[in-house]
Amino acid sequence: MDSIVGKSSALTWAVNISVVLLVLLWTIPTFGLLVSSVRDKDQLVSSGWWTSFSKVERNLIKRSAPASEQSKVDDLYVLTGNVFGDKKGVVTAFGWRSQDPMAFIPGDSVPLRKGKMLQINADGSYLLTSPIPFTSKRGSRLFVTSIEEPIFTLNNYSEVLFAEGLGKSFLNTMTVTIPATIIPILIAAFAAYALAWMEFPGRAIFLAMVVGLLVVPLQMSLIPLLKLYTDVGIGKSYLGIWLAHTGFGLPLAIYLLRNYIAGLPREIIESARVDGANEFMIFVKIILPLTFPALASFAIFQFLWVWNDLLIATVFLGNNEEQLVMTGRLRELLGSRGGNWEILTASAFVSIFVPLMVFFSLQKYLVRGLLSGSVKGG
Amino acid sequence: MANLKLINAGKMYGNVPVLTDINLEIKKGELIVFVGPSGCGKSTLLRMIAGLEKITSGGLEIDGELMNDVPPAKRGIAMVFQSYALYPHLTVRDNMSFALKIAKVAKDEIKTIVEEAAESLQLTPYLDRLPKALSGGQRQRVAIGRAIVRNPKIYLFDEPLSNLDAALRVATRIEIAQLKEKMPESTMIYVTHDQVEAMTLATRIVVLNNRGIEQVGTPLELYEKPLNKFVATFIGSPAMNILPAKVVATGAVTSLTLANGAVAEVPINTADQYLDNDFSIGARPEDMLLTQSDEYLFKGNVSYIEALGEITLLYFNREEGAPVIVKIPGIAHFERDQELKFTVDPKKLQMFDALDISCKYHD
Repeated sequence: MDSIVGKSSALTWAVNISVVLLVLLWTIPTFGLLVSSVRDKDQLVSSGWWTSFSKVERNLIKRSAPASEQSKVDDLYVLTGNVFGDKKGVVTAFGWRSQDPMAFIPGDSVPLRKGKMLQINADGSYLLTSPIPFTSKRGSRLFVTSIEEPIFTLNNYSEVLFAEGLGKSFLNTMTVTIPATIIPILIAAFAAYALAWMEFPGRAIFLAMVVGLLVVPLQMSLIPLLKLYTDVGIGKSYLGIWLAHTGFGLPLAIYLLRNYIAGLPREIIESARVDGANEFMIFVKIILPLTFPALASFAIFQFLWVWNDLLIATVFLGNNEEQLVMTGRLRELLGSRGGNWEILTASAFVSIFVPLMVFFSLQKYLVRGLLSGSVKGG
Repeated sequence: MANLKLINAGKMYGNVPVLTDINLEIKKGELIVFVGPSGCGKSTLLRMIAGLEKITSGGLEIDGELMNDVPPAKRGIAMVFQSYALYPHLTVRDNMSFALKIAKVAKDEIKTIVEEAAESLQLTPYLDRLPKALSGGQRQRVAIGRAIVRNPKIYLFDEPLSNLDAALRVATRIEIAQLKEKMPESTMIYVTHDQVEAMTLATRIVVLNNRGIEQVGTPLELYEKPLNKFVATFIGSPAMNILPAKVVATGAVTSLTLANGAVAEVPINTADQYLDNDFSIGARPEDMLLTQSDEYLFKGNVSYIEALGEITLLYFNREEGAPVIVKIPGIAHFERDQELKFTVDPKKLQMFDALDISCKYHD
């Protein structure tokens, strides 16, 4: 067992196990969020999401039918019905006093005050009898312990999307995110090609300046920028926030794309040049298709960053229904509906759904290998 | 009329001269091979002709027109790169039609031209594949096809076979030779460091070294009549043996004494002023003949034997300089440290003066 092979396989096991653990650690909370967001809100309050796949025992307080529904059988006044209403359930215990809600087993007929008798069966049907007429308009309280099937529902989603205004915010966020992703990529791709392959004086300094901009904290520019926007007349508008996100995203975009484009084989570009292509054709027909993996990975970055952004949206967009983005809405929900977990979990899932889709649809382009076949060993 | 002409062409990278005063005329229909040690600038020269490197001094003429500032596409050239440089995201068909599309040739015409070229290169079954689904040889053929469809005046090949394995290299070399035969009108310039390619393909070989051209000539001319020591040792494998010698008698027949005391009488005329000069004589490994007599030119103990079957190579280490190599045809049985004596037909000896210039063939 002390061979190199044995040692390395033990190491492999350690690596595999830690990878599995890490993945679980990262995905379990998200999974919990997902499960919570589709649970019935009453069940969500009473138990954790990890219990939601098994039947749950719950203590319910039900009421019998009101006095107006009583009938007289022989000498007794009778109220009948089912504690579950139209639904189904299983009663495991019942009682009639709040101090002792699980006093009796189903099927027992137990005496209440003033000669009344109560019988609740396992299927939830009850029989309440009394020698004197019932008077309560609301019915008498019945304490039931029941086993319930887990309930999964999309009601939470429809509530947040339509009643809580998250749907509108979702559209607002889309309005911000899509142009704020596409515009910088377009500009950066052009700039990156020029900085990588076109000869012009000052190219190195220009590149250094762009990379240098990466260290400027964007918070520093918020107020001057907003002031400028207000002077120009695009303060608190979508155009303003597109431009802001474009500016903040460009340095990284140019830097990433330039490095990728500079790494493309020189011969391919020279070959296109010998074939008669001008710079623009080389860019559109050769560089852009070959740079797709880098474009896709930057698109993911920029999309996620803009999608999850709260700061810039707060500064450059208004707080009204037409401009409130999803992160802003979530923040408001957190304040006003902080106790309603079903609202918060569903909202959270609405907000991560699109980034997840973007990631999964573009991740195949992240896989290397588009360049294979063009050059030896490529 | 010269198809391509380089007039005092030179290339500087900043202040570093890479090539100076290149003068070369290439006639229509020639296959010219540039050879030279790595770093001698042969690829740079090709790229200057292609227009991918700026010519910093002198001029380049193609068909009598000055081409210094003409962009690559308008020079009437097509280039095949060492790394193939196929467009990886395009199919073979699109790779081959790329240049034609840019030149706005009609679609039907493109289709005909491309299919014709593919047919001649046996690429028809692969037309709709991506480059990554092709083998190395097929990729190189696509690269050649991409050049053919443009019907250029001059084909430029930049070490096109150096990425292929040995067997494929031989096959593709023959294909290129056949291609050349099919297109006797087109001029080809071919850069390689492989001697066999140079010797087999070339109409003329241009030997480059030390920022300039050492010699231009047909393959056998270079082999038999090298103008200087560099060409003598560069052409031919294994390289020519160079033995330092001192001139002891001048005249119609020059006598030299070698370091080991042997005397060589070379039938080359030298002037009296060269008496006592340090010359060197060159003998090709295959010209060294075994002898038993005492009138040997070289004597040594075998330090290493390479038996290749068709030939046997014997290495004799020297205290100074490269080992002397002797090529003996067929399988010969010698032992290490065995003492052997060799003589050379004086007519086959080369003689180089103190400046490494051949006394035999240089003016």
